[in-house]
Parts: sequence; C-alpha cells; structure tokens
Amino acid sequence: MKQKTLFIAAATLLLLGFVGATLVYKSEKVDQSAQRAELNGNVLVRMHSPTLGNADAPVVIVEFLDPACETCRVFYPLVKKMLAENPDKIRLVLRYAPFHNGSDKVVAVLEAARKQGKFWPALEALLAAQAEWAPNHTPQVALVWKHLEGLGLNLEQMKADMTSPAIANVIAQDLADARTLNVTKTPEFFVNRIPLPSFGYEPLKKLVDNALKAARQAK
Amino acid sequence: MHDESTAWTLIFAAWLVASVSTLGALFFGEVMQLPPCVLCWYQRICMFPLVLILPVGMFPFDRKVIRYALPLAAIGWPFAVFHVLLIAGVIPESIKPCTQGVPCSEKVIEWFGFVTIPLLSVVAFSTIIALLVLAHLRGSK
Repeated sequence: MKQKTLFIAAATLLLLGFVGATLVYKSEKVDQSAQRAELNGNVLVRMHSPTLGNADAPVVIVEFLDPACETCRVFYPLVKKMLAENPDKIRLVLRYAPFHNGSDKVVAVLEAARKQGKFWPALEALLAAQAEWAPNHTPQVALVWKHLEGLGLNLEQMKADMTSPAIANVIAQDLADARTLNVTKTPEFFVNRIPLPSFGYEPLKKLVDNALKAARQAK
Repeated sequence: MHDESTAWTLIFAAWLVASVSTLGALFFGEVMQLPPCVLCWYQRICMFPLVLILPVGMFPFDRKVIRYALPLAAIGWPFAVFHVLLIAGVIPESIKPCTQGVPCSEKVIEWFGFVTIPLLSVVAFSTIIALLVLAHLRGSK
C-alpha cells in the first residue's frame, strides 16, 4: 500500500513538474518574441511588401507566408474573411518566407505578376492549385504557369521579370527579416506588432478582435 | 522479505530515472521544439518503454521485470556512448550514421560547458543499469 502511494505521488509530481515547466517555458517564449517584435518593429513592415486593405487601417496583420505551405493555403481565406468582415479596419501585409526548397522561385513568379498588377489573383490561383505544382511538398516552378493562364498575365514578360535582381533582393530581405524576428514556421502572424501567443485560427482571431476593440476605444 | 522491498525500491528508483529522462526528452522535443536526430531516436526507443514496463513489474512486485527491462537499458547505453563520442569528436564525421535531417554531431544544448543531452542520456542509462543489476543481486542472495 505504501509502495503504491509512493508511486502515485512520484508520478503525479513528475507530471506536474512537466506541465509547470512547459507553462513557464511557453510564457517566457511569448515574452521573448513580443520583445523581439517590439525591438525590431522596423523590420516587420517593409515598403516593398504587397498589402491588402485600407492603408490607414488601425489594425495591421503582418503574415509571413510560403506559397508552397499547406497551412498558409488553409489560413488565406480565413484572413481574407476577417478583412471582408471589417472593411477599412484591417490591413494585411504579406512577407515572404519561402522555407520550402524551390519556393523562392514561385515567390519570384508572384512578384513578376505583381509588376503587371495581378499579384493577388495570381497568389489565389497558385494557392488553390498548390497540390498540383508542389507535389509531395516539392515546389516546381515549371508547373505553375498553366495555373496562371486566364488571369490576363503576359507570361513571357513574367519569365523575363522574375529573374530581376530587384525581386531577388525582396526575397533575400524578407528571409533576413524572418530570421531577425525568429520566424521559423509559416504562416506566422503579427497583429499590430504582437506575435501570435500560440498557433491557430482562434488565437489569431482573438488577437485581431482585441486590436479592433482597442482601435474603437481609442477613437 | 526485507530483500524484496529493497529490490522494489531499487526498481522504483530506476523508474524515476527513466521517467525524468523521458519527460526531459519530450520537453526538448515537443516544448522546446528541438528536432531529435537519428541517434536520439534510438535512445528514445530504449528509454521510453522502461517507463511503462517497470511499473507493470512493480504492482504486484515481480522481479522478472529486471530481465525484461535490462536489455532495453543495455542496448540504449552504447547508443548514448556513441553519441557522446561523436559530439566530442572522438569518432570522426565520416562514420556518423546520420547524414540527413539533424546532424547528430550538433550540440543543441551545453550546460556548464560540458553537459549535453547525450551525456545526460549516458548518465541515465548507466544509472538504470546499475540499479537494475543491484536489484537483481539483492534478490538472488
């Protein structure tokens, strides 16, 4: 009987210790990334980034996105819905985090589409067809073109544009900023410079709702 | 009867070491999100089952559990030693078994300048082996 009590007490203590350590570690981590975003606020938003929504919107969502990332594809319509539900209140700033091997070339395609004023339709077309041009999580830029037909893009022009050093610079800058902000997974969101406390749609929604409420009260 | 209870306590101590190691490995992997390398996985394969097997032999007490648990610890130990030697550079890069993913020779944690995760693993496996052997000797007298 005594042995059983000892065993159960030890097991409980060990589990409690694990849970406690996890909570402490997570809260420190959130503080750290909040501090990092605070300190590096200037690298969070760059002039070159594609944006959606009102330029003077009180709530700015910065999303680090990889076009080949499946979770990014899942989140994209959810974020767009937030923008649609709060017209003129939210601005979306996209940053590139092409962590998949070969994804940077697809980003270059998107930037080339941007030169023709069709960034968002191109992004949406590519996200929708993600499984076809990135089979087994391996992005293949040669496979993206057919999914861009019908958007009124000059594909020949894009193929010439996507190799420009300006586009390479944008990608390199975004990757460097991702490193500074310790963004290691996509999608990563910052809402008015605050990083997601934990990953998921609910935490993002809560962060955005709080920012919207704060903006209303500030008026 | 007295020897039986000493043997039980030794096995319980071995279980404590295995449990702390397991929770520690899970903390590094799942909470701190440090990806485990191949050698880490082999050590995990030998360590994690001990947490489950040992209590099965503790309630009710069955000393045969030493027989079932000891091989796991004995197989895990050389993996841990190999891993430490790899990190220390005693074993050259060329014969390290993992080339993809996380390199095993990478030191992700170094406390007080010498405590690495594989070193903790060697200490844990050695302690578990010692405790189980002691428990076995207690009973066979």
